[in-house]
Amino acid sequence: MPQPAALDQTATATTARPALWSDYVQLLKPRVMSLVVFTALTGLVAAPVDVHPFLGAIAVLCIAIGAGAAGALNMAVEGHTDALMKRTRGRPVAAGRVSRGDALAYGVVLSVMAVMLMGLAINWVAAGLLAFTVVFYAWFYTIILKRSTPQNIVIGGAAGALPPVIGWAAASGTTPLDAWLLFLIIFLWTPPHFWALALYTSGDYAKAGIPMMPVVKGAASTRRQIMAYSVILVLVGVAPLLTGLGGVAYGAVSILGGLAFLLLAWRLLQSRAGDAPDQGTEKTGREDVLYDVKAGAKSARNLFAFSILYLFALFAALLAEHGLKGAIL
Amino acid sequence: MDDAAKKERARRNVAMALALAAFVVLVFVVTLVKLGAA
Repeated sequence: MPQPAALDQTATATTARPALWSDYVQLLKPRVMSLVVFTALTGLVAAPVDVHPFLGAIAVLCIAIGAGAAGALNMAVEGHTDALMKRTRGRPVAAGRVSRGDALAYGVVLSVMAVMLMGLAINWVAAGLLAFTVVFYAWFYTIILKRSTPQNIVIGGAAGALPPVIGWAAASGTTPLDAWLLFLIIFLWTPPHFWALALYTSGDYAKAGIPMMPVVKGAASTRRQIMAYSVILVLVGVAPLLTGLGGVAYGAVSILGGLAFLLLAWRLLQSRAGDAPDQGTEKTGREDVLYDVKAGAKSARNLFAFSILYLFALFAALLAEHGLKGAIL
Repeated sequence: MDDAAKKERARRNVAMALALAAFVVLVFVVTLVKLGAA
């Protein structure tokens, strides 16, 4: 089978330098894993149930390993595509430092270990949700959704939104409305977050043949959709106040953060970000390029960066409120 | 396979053995904790 040029070039990299242990850490997508751990921990702490601290730590560990395994499976499957994009070409499989088979085996073994440990040590509701998340992300999103529809990250966002529900289920064995509210916040946060990024990296996505929204519908439509999702996100972001899940601190963060989010989405809507997408793949694969944009795309970059802070602040507020409550009672 | 690659493979094998041993210990401790809770 003919190989893409980018992967042919990496054949020499394989012989030039063997895989290091750090490549196997990179396969777990540590940055994504840290956000997953954080939101899962919030779900676990927010559940109104006493959890044995050691078993709570095991639950978070299982979720972290499961998320990392899904990342490894994603990189195993996406090696060819990753090699075409400047943001991802430095990844271990794309760069040829780890073989596709090794990454696949690594991901499968870690997934099985995480799900089994979760089931045996915690409960099978959480284990089932974890297994569903890994399969949904690694198979349904990576293999089917990503290349078939511009709604890829909307639907696929469910995988990234499930960790707080898994955390809640690990604590209580149930998934009540409040747990799904946390799911909904991350689910609605995903489109403005990824489309803001896609607005200034659409050249890369087009080159890799991935039908991201700006590639398929254009920048103007994407900016409008980002605005629409931002409005719904900010409203849902305030909802935990109404159900009693969020307190005063959460209220302040969700309202002030929400207003800032809307302001940045509005500025993006008024801008021409993405109208002249980047064409370059001249830089080597480093995640830093996410923040290195042309002047015209700065409003997209600003929303992308702020969206991370916004989500972090919302969950940090919940974690602080429920963590302190647990410490006091 | 050159010396550097062999050395790196040996290092990965050790890491894998340690990870598996840690997993076994983890399952053992989890069992103790769950038995204690019961």
